Amino acid sequence: MIIAVASGKGGTGKTTVSVNLARVARQSVQLLDCDVEEPNAHLFLTGELKAREEVRVPVPEADETLCDGCGECSSFCRYRSLAVIDKSVLTFPELCHGCGGCIRVCPKGALSEKGHRIGVIETFQTGHVSLVHGCLDVGVAMAPPLIRAVKSRIRKGCISILDAPPGTSCPVVTTIRDADVVVLVTEPTPFGLHDLKLAVDMVGELKITCGVVINRVDAGDGRVHAFCRDRGIPILLEIPDDRQIAESYSRGMLIVDALPEYRPRFEELLARVTELSTNERKESHAYL
Amino acid sequence: MRTDVKTKDSRPREIVVISGKGGTGKTSLAASLAVLAGNAVIADCDVDAADLHLILKPRVLKQDEFRSGNLAVIRHDDCTGCGLCRELCRFDAVRVSGEEPGQSTYRIDPVACEGCGVCVRFCPAHAIDFPEQTCGSWMVSQTRCGPMVHAQLGIAAENSGKLVTLVRQEARRIATESGYPLVIVDGPPGIGCPVIASLSGASVMLAVTEPTVSGEHDLERVLALARHFGVQACVCVNKWDLNPEMTEQIERHAKESGALTLGRIRYDKSVTRAQISELSVVEIESQAGMDIREIWKQLNL
Repeated sequence: MIIAVASGKGGTGKTTVSVNLARVARQSVQLLDCDVEEPNAHLFLTGELKAREEVRVPVPEADETLCDGCGECSSFCRYRSLAVIDKSVLTFPELCHGCGGCIRVCPKGALSEKGHRIGVIETFQTGHVSLVHGCLDVGVAMAPPLIRAVKSRIRKGCISILDAPPGTSCPVVTTIRDADVVVLVTEPTPFGLHDLKLAVDMVGELKITCGVVINRVDAGDGRVHAFCRDRGIPILLEIPDDRQIAESYSRGMLIVDALPEYRPRFEELLARVTELSTNERKESHAYL
Repeated sequence: MRTDVKTKDSRPREIVVISGKGGTGKTSLAASLAVLAGNAVIADCDVDAADLHLILKPRVLKQDEFRSGNLAVIRHDDCTGCGLCRELCRFDAVRVSGEEPGQSTYRIDPVACEGCGVCVRFCPAHAIDFPEQTCGSWMVSQTRCGPMVHAQLGIAAENSGKLVTLVRQEARRIATESGYPLVIVDGPPGIGCPVIASLSGASVMLAVTEPTVSGEHDLERVLALARHFGVQACVCVNKWDLNPEMTEQIERHAKESGALTLGRIRYDKSVTRAQISELSVVEIESQAGMDIREIWKQLNL
């Protein structure tokens, strides 16, 4: 079962929900931090480092002795990652998406691929939780290839929790694609509601079932509740605006450890998410 | 009264409000700065979850489509089902149904397609079209504190970095042509392509963080990004009293890395109250508003 935890608006509590969900699971669980631009899960769930691997994307490299500067490659590339100046090729690896097109179009066979480092993936083990931590190098623009590399570590047959980046654009879509269920974390404020609507539309576009967690529930107004009711989206958990939660979060502590009275609520959240995902699978089987 | 003489450098200054971590108060702060400035051009560069319009209530004067990139589409009637497109696609965007060779139906998943054009170029039957995409829209508006350029990225659309670049260029153009001295940019969270597009070439970056382990970690990466692009960084800690020791630690590290610390904003529930009333924090009576006024003074723009 793949559970993605996402939100339109940032700072609503995605990581809080992800790490606490992982902690209360009674079986082996994977937590994959797909917010590779600003990964935070490791600040809450540290553990023994099991593996570390650099992630590279294939970018073109020109053999100057073969290149005659014809410009086929640069006119093919949609991302302007090659330019021909004075009969020789300049490459801009930071713009390259790694499609491999330039290599195929080069009539002289002058281009080959080399790896260009974009970040690292580290795997930690703490109790029953295996944390896969993707971290983009500073200055690298494109997160999706690293997110795909993190997701390639998903193991079948266990619970995999994906901590998504904020927003609704390519890094988020790359993360939640193929998830069985998406948990959208929001807060009951105008910004929270506005960005929740965008996130619900995005999840709808990808045809994934979703439920909502409302954080700091007494801090705002009732419009998020009304929206969920109107759209028939289940509210899976409400977390109160409790200064103790904020303070324990600030120190990197899990809610279920610092404030054990909240543990049953996260256990129930996991149960409800599992139920949503099971129903979803039954329904999609009915269509086949 | 004398008219202002243009100085030798008449280009408008550009301040980018950014945070690394989401939800630390970028938009609340950017809206407040816009109100305090009174005559700045405002650019909302958080194009995939834009919220500034909820406070500044822009009246749209001009709206345009944002067209960028292309998407591969297979014409079923011409497809021979050879499967080469699927073999060549690096983004796992070609989906197939049916098992028998020659009987299979191929289609491109529009969400996964990166618009590279490899399948289009190499399809032996020339059965793949490559139409240009509309990825959203962008607007020039009027607000109570100056012109505003903002945008809306399409659902699950790509090219947010290019849309950010477009919004910023337009804001700078308006500022230069109409003589506004300042552009205020509300940036996106993270450190990836839309953030780089918001930051590169700006006069100053104001990073808003919070005194938490995540806030501290994410700020470090944003400060590294500012150094990478040679942009002067300033830091302010929001909700600082949630963890005073952490606030001090963050400010110390920020100074060590060459950033200026501009001030602190206390935890104040009126920030949410202002948002619900569709006002900026400095437009209601609040202690957080006083803190923001102090930061504005320190910025000295």
